[in-house]
Amino acid sequence: MEDYLVRMENIYKSFPGGVQANRGITLEVRPGEIHCLLGENGAGKTVLMSILYGLYKPDSGTIYYKGKKLDIHSTKDAIANRIGMVHQHFMLVPTLTVAENVVLGQYPAWKVINDMDKVHERIRAMSDEFGLDVDPAKIVQDLSVGEQQRVEILKALYHGADLLILDEPTAVLTPQESEHLLKFLRDLANRGLTIIFITHKLEEVMQVSDRVTVLRDGKVVGTVNTSDTNPRELARMMVGREVLMELKKAQTEPGKVIFLVRNLRVKDARGLEVVRGVSFEVREREVLGIAGVSGNGQTELALALAGLIEGEFDEMRLDGQLITKRDLQRLHRLGMAHIPEDRQKMGLILPFSVAENFVLKTYRDEPFARRGFLRFDAIRDYTRSQVSKFSIRVGDIEEEIAHLSGGNQQKVVVARELDRQPRFLLVNQPTRGIDIGATEFVRQQILAERDAGAAILLISADLEEIFALSDRILVMFEGRFMGEVPPDPALIEQVGLMMAGKTVQVSD
Amino acid sequence: MELMPALLFLQSMLAATWRMATPIIYAAVGEVFTERSGVLNIGLEGIMLIGAFAGYSVAYETGNLVLGLLAALVSGLLSGLIFAIFTVSVKANQIVVGAAFNMIGMGLSAFLYRTIYSQSGRVLSLQPFRPLDIPGLSDIPFLGEVLFRHNIMVYGTVVLVVLAAFVLYRTAFGLSLRSVGEHPKAADTTGINVPATRYVGVLIGAVLAALGGASLTLAYSDQFVEGIVTGRGFIALAVVVFGAWSPWGAFWASLLFGSFYALQLRLQAMPEVLIPYQFLQALPYLATLVVLISLTRRARAPRALGVPYP
Ligand SMILES: Nc1ncnc2c1ncn2[C@@H]1O[C@H](COP(=O)(O)OP(=O)(O)OP(=O)(O)O)[C@@H](O)[C@H]1O
Ligand SMILES: [Mg+2]
Repeated sequence: MEDYLVRMENIYKSFPGGVQANRGITLEVRPGEIHCLLGENGAGKTVLMSILYGLYKPDSGTIYYKGKKLDIHSTKDAIANRIGMVHQHFMLVPTLTVAENVVLGQYPAWKVINDMDKVHERIRAMSDEFGLDVDPAKIVQDLSVGEQQRVEILKALYHGADLLILDEPTAVLTPQESEHLLKFLRDLANRGLTIIFITHKLEEVMQVSDRVTVLRDGKVVGTVNTSDTNPRELARMMVGREVLMELKKAQTEPGKVIFLVRNLRVKDARGLEVVRGVSFEVREREVLGIAGVSGNGQTELALALAGLIEGEFDEMRLDGQLITKRDLQRLHRLGMAHIPEDRQKMGLILPFSVAENFVLKTYRDEPFARRGFLRFDAIRDYTRSQVSKFSIRVGDIEEEIAHLSGGNQQKVVVARELDRQPRFLLVNQPTRGIDIGATEFVRQQILAERDAGAAILLISADLEEIFALSDRILVMFEGRFMGEVPPDPALIEQVGLMMAGKTVQVSD
Repeated sequence: MELMPALLFLQSMLAATWRMATPIIYAAVGEVFTERSGVLNIGLEGIMLIGAFAGYSVAYETGNLVLGLLAALVSGLLSGLIFAIFTVSVKANQIVVGAAFNMIGMGLSAFLYRTIYSQSGRVLSLQPFRPLDIPGLSDIPFLGEVLFRHNIMVYGTVVLVVLAAFVLYRTAFGLSLRSVGEHPKAADTTGINVPATRYVGVLIGAVLAALGGASLTLAYSDQFVEGIVTGRGFIALAVVVFGAWSPWGAFWASLLFGSFYALQLRLQAMPEVLIPYQFLQALPYLATLVVLISLTRRARAPRALGVPYP
């Protein structure tokens, strides 16, 4: 009985609209282990963990914790039982300071907050002890995603945690930050903390975990010791079929220049110049990859190219036409498609239904509208076909898209943009947060667009993705290009150095 | 000696400014709490009317002003409770419920006033709160008249603002309230009871609005008149925005309105000013809006304002 810290037994959970997120899941986690939870988008991982953390009530099932039956009615109970959770979408109040976020909800309501100095002190001490580099006085909205993540972890530890749940913590991190986080988690486990870790990245699973439980369609496929398995087997368990871990990329001959920009400069929200004079061109049947640690100007570069923020440039052309000012309609007409980095904020309207989100850019056109009236049948048919083509897990296409799992929301954007057969496709982090089956599919789609003649600009912090898809690679550092490299796997190390700002001679 | 009339004019204007601002300060500071919790209560006007009538009626019948204030407070609690049930628990549209409150407040207070008082043939005025001169200070030339010869409702505004700022920024409740208005889900995950917090925010707002209304019948004038609030509830809503959702901001913005109102009253009293009084009466509303719009820093509303949770 005592060989596990948590045992979730026969957990069922369904939502109005008929989605059965958990269908009899039994999960056992041993004390002091790092237990990975693996599964496709919508498999029910977040829901299961939300139940453990008191955010959802299960329809049926029992939770045992530290040898006793545990009744959790709210997150307060979870925190009181020393369960901490770092959520897939951060749960920090952006207008408050780090310290205020950390103590939020921890005091009785009538308490006068007069010990902030001590709280700051303690946060600094913990930050030093764990090497988290968190400044308690900063306002959360001024922090980078990586920093916010560390604040979330510190918050959980501050409240006191014997069990720490992390829901896709590495999806938003740079490779360096992820590496650091994994080491940190190992450290915590060595100190006796138990960790449940959700991720889609098999290398991370292999590197950090002790055991793995794989979910599919709300059920457990199996639990294995990490040392007894390999990425290929895990992928098969997840997807239920053999997954191609390698892409077939045909040789193509790039054609004429589709997109070109000269001397582009972009300022960020604070007015600092973060893209400092870059020039490049993308040709027909070509994927140009832009590698770089995130935060080196890629976000602003993409937004400026997509016409979402102002940028200065000497010349910009799309399909031969001169672009002079920000005009989204025109860019759209000239055949630009954009898969934005932050899909929750930019690609989707969360309170709208899945179907409405699918026709967000095309609802005025045939066949979705005729004489100014929407044609719901056409919209529904189209949505259904896209949903099945991209295997998007959704109960009902009239459901609010906010209810879809994180990865499935992303698939909607990707599916919508790819379906327009763009001349120029601007893609930023296309597979972040998507499961491996879908990643494989999205990458294939990008290559298919290339082969069909599109010019593609791919921005990604995932080096492996850049090398797998690109025909040419530009490395970005502090707003400038450090140089161009061919996608030769032997050069990965050099690219890594260039990403860190080192000038490297690439010999051909 | 030439300056004397001008100084006297200024003195009486400044003193009147604070008095005129008083009902708005109560309502606006309360609405800061409501909106900071993520609920928009545009029903202030109606709740002020209800408070004005409840306060007047009880004070008139019992001859006790404190009981009148208490009655206004209870009327505010009840109004707030009903408003919160509809907007927080039932998740009805906040604008619609607020508009309904304005109509109900208007209708209910007028109906009760007519049936109980206007035809009773009684003397309808009561003995309102008298100015309390602060010993010593009230004799200072100029300042004494401006600051230290007011009634208790006027002095109360300063206590209220200090207290409100303290609660909002220095207590755990204030922190929870602000987080619930910004990111209710995040607040929820830390164990904060989002609906309960919003109930309290709404109740504080409604009680203070009702007290602001009562200050009109118990301190500013000495009886109830139909529609006595005359748009002050709506001005309070604007004041919250221009005060950047902070108690002190609301305080200063209310005083600005008070100063235009006082000016307008003085101008009406001057025979040599030939502007029709209807225009003069509109002046404070217009001038306040114009000045505030042109001066406003770009403050951001609470992110979850008006959005039900979950
Ligand atoms: N609040 C909700 N209302 C309705 N359906 C929901 C809700 N939350 C989750 N679901 C559904 O439950 C299923 C499981 O979702 P869950 O978020 O657990 O997936 P996941 O395994 O975390 O996927 P991902 O890797 O994409 O984050 C999905 O089909 C989702 O649409
Ligand atoms: Mg998830």
